[in-house]
Amino acid sequence: MKDNPYKIAAYCHIKQQRISLNGDIILENSEIDFPSFIKSVYKHFDTDYPKFFKMDNLSKLAFMAAEIIMRPEKKGLENNQNIALVFSNRASSLDTDRKHEASIKDPNAYYPSPAIFVYTLPNICMGEISIRHQLNSENSFFIFDDFNAHYLSEYTNCLLQDVKAEKVLCGWVELDENTFEAFLYMVAKNGPIAHNVEAINRLYKKSWEI
Amino acid sequence: MSQSIAITGMGIISAIGNNVAENYASLLNGSSGITKISKIDTIHRDAIMVGEIDFTNQELESILGLTPENNYSRTALLAAIAAKEAVADAKIADIKSWKTGLISSTSVGGMDMTEKYYYDYLENDTHRKYIEGHHAGDTTQKVAEQLGIEASLVTTISTACSSAANAIMFGARLIKSGKLDRVIVGGADCLSKFTINGFKTLMILSDTYSTPFDENRKGLNLGEAAAFLVLESEAVMQAENKKALAYLIGYGNANDAYHQTASSENGDGATLAMQKALAVAGIAPSDIDYVNAHGTATGNNDLSEGRALIRVFGEPRVPDFSSTKAYTGHTLAAAGGIEAVYSVLALQHNVIYPNLNFKTPMKEFNLRPQTVLKHTELNTVLSNSLGFGGNCSTLIFSKNP
Amino acid sequence: MGDLKQELKEKIIEQLNLEDISVDDIADAEPLFGEGLGLDSIDALELIVMLDKDYGIKLADPKEGKKIFESIDTMANYIAEHKTK
Repeated sequence: MKDNPYKIAAYCHIKQQRISLNGDIILENSEIDFPSFIKSVYKHFDTDYPKFFKMDNLSKLAFMAAEIIMRPEKKGLENNQNIALVFSNRASSLDTDRKHEASIKDPNAYYPSPAIFVYTLPNICMGEISIRHQLNSENSFFIFDDFNAHYLSEYTNCLLQDVKAEKVLCGWVELDENTFEAFLYMVAKNGPIAHNVEAINRLYKKSWEI
Repeated sequence: MSQSIAITGMGIISAIGNNVAENYASLLNGSSGITKISKIDTIHRDAIMVGEIDFTNQELESILGLTPENNYSRTALLAAIAAKEAVADAKIADIKSWKTGLISSTSVGGMDMTEKYYYDYLENDTHRKYIEGHHAGDTTQKVAEQLGIEASLVTTISTACSSAANAIMFGARLIKSGKLDRVIVGGADCLSKFTINGFKTLMILSDTYSTPFDENRKGLNLGEAAAFLVLESEAVMQAENKKALAYLIGYGNANDAYHQTASSENGDGATLAMQKALAVAGIAPSDIDYVNAHGTATGNNDLSEGRALIRVFGEPRVPDFSSTKAYTGHTLAAAGGIEAVYSVLALQHNVIYPNLNFKTPMKEFNLRPQTVLKHTELNTVLSNSLGFGGNCSTLIFSKNP
Repeated sequence: MGDLKQELKEKIIEQLNLEDISVDDIADAEPLFGEGLGLDSIDALELIVMLDKDYGIKLADPKEGKKIFESIDTMANYIAEHKTK
C-alpha cells in the first residue's frame, strides 16, 4: 500500500477545555469539571438532542466530537451514509464502570441502575453516534495503551480498499473522571491532508499551548 | 488480494468442556453446562442460572504452571488456556517463524478481581498486584506472553457480545492485507458480580434453563468461556504443507442504530451484517447449510434475529438453525469465539447441534430451530454475534477456500 | 395524592435526566412512554428500580410496568395502594 490514495478530510480535537476543528480553535471553555464542560459545548452548538442527557460521560464526549465533525456532512444529508466508525482508548468504560460498581457494593443500599449499566462498555458511544446519524455502518473499538495511529490507519485503509465503507471516522476518545481527550478524524477519498501515520500523529500532537 | 483464510487450530474452555474434544462430546450428547452459580458469592444465587466452568482459579493457575506471585484474573487464566490449546492444535513449533499477531477481546477483563479486592487495596498490599490486571488489554498481554508473541502485533477489541467475532474478522483482514502471515484470534470473559448485577437490573436474566427461540422464553443465562482460532495465510499453508480445519470465507459488521442495548424490531443490524458477510463470501443465501444463531433467549434478541433471518433467507428458506447458548450460557465477549469453534466442528463432523429446551414456536413467525442432533453434509455455516451498542457481526465458515 | 404526584414528577425529571423539562411540563394524565414524554425501555427499568428504592415495591415482571407507568396518575394510584415505605 505504497501510494495511499486516502485523505484526512476533517479532524476535531477536544482537549484541555479547548475544541479545535481542522486546526482552528473554535471554542474555549473554563469549566473544569467534565459534565459542566460538555453541557456548555452541547448548548454552544445548539445541538437539540434530548437523549444526550441520558448518556454517560464517555458517550457525551464522543457524541459531541462526532457532532462537530459531522455537521458539514449534514449539508445535502442522505441518511444511512456508509461512514464506518473505528474508535479506541485506554480506559475503556472505566469511568462508568466505577459508578456501576458503587451501586452494587452495599447490600443494604443495593440499587443498580440500568441506565448506568448499559454504558459499561466502550462501544456504546459508537452506538449513540450511529443512532444519531442513522449509520448502519461497520464499527469497532480498540483498547490501546496510547493513541496508536499505526493500527488505526491500517484498519481504516482495509475498510476503504475493500469498499466496506465510503468514509471512516476514526480516532481516540478517552475519559476518566476529569481527564478527557477526544481526537477524531474523517478519512475519505478527498481531503486536504494525506492519510498516513506521520500526518495523523502530527495532527494529534499539534500543540496549542500558549 | 483475495486470498483464502485457513483455520488451522482451535482452543476452547467453557461450561461444557475444558478443551475442544470435551466441548464436542457435550454438544453431541446434549449435555448442557447450565447450573446454579457456585464460585461467586452473589445475592442473586437462587434467582439465576449460569454456564460456569468447573475449575477454580487455583486449579487453572496450576494447569498453566503459574507461580503464586501471578496476577492473572480468571478471564486471563481462561484466555491463556484456550489460546495455548489453539496454538498446539495448529502444530506451531516456533511462533516466530512467521509474522504472527494476537487479537483478543473481553468485556470483563480483570473486573472479577477488582470487585473482590477493591476495598482490600486500601487496607493492605496483599492483593494490590491485581490492580494492573484489571485493564482489558492486560488479559491480552498475558496471552501474548504465554505464547511468545511480540507486543507490537497485539491488540484488544471490546465491543460487547460481538467482540470475538470482530477479532476474527480483523485478524482475517490483517492477513489479507499482507500485514500478518498468521494470527491468533478470539476472546474471553469470566463471570463476575459486575455483569450479573448489571444484567439483572436490565431484567433479561432467566431464573431457569434458557429457551432460545421459544415463545415462552424468559431471558438469558450468563456464561464464562474463552476460545481462540489460529488463522493462517495461503503462503504459510503452502510452505508448511498444511491442511486447514476449515476456511473463513465471509464476515460482516454493521450497526443497528436503534438503541444502546436493545435490537431493532426488524433486525436491521443483523440483516446487514449477514448480507455483508454473504457478499464477502461471494455466495448466495441458499448456499448456507446451517446457522449458529446468537439466540440468547431474550424476548428482544430472538424476535429481532428471527426477523433478520427471514429478511435475508426468505421465510420458507431459512436454513437449519440453532442456538448453542442453552448449552454454554451467553459468554459475552467470548461468544463469537466459542461459536466459531462450534461452527468449525459442525463442518468437520457434518453435524447440526440441537437448540436445547425448545417447546413452543414463537407466534410472530413460522420458524422452528433444529431440536435434535442432525447428521447431514455441511459445506458452509453462518454464525451470528449481536452485541450491545448495536454492534452486529456475522462470520461464514466453509470446508472449501 | 397531589403531593405524591408532584414528588413523582420531580423524581422522574431527576432520575431520568430530563433536561429542560420542569414539573409544570408534565401533565398528570399525559402518556409517559411513546408519545408525550417519549421515555424508552431503559427509562422503564429505571422506574422499576425507583419503585423499589423509594417506595419498597418490587416488580418481578417488567411487562407489569407497562400499565403502571402509563401516566403520573396511574403511577400514583399504584404506589398509594402498594407502597411499603
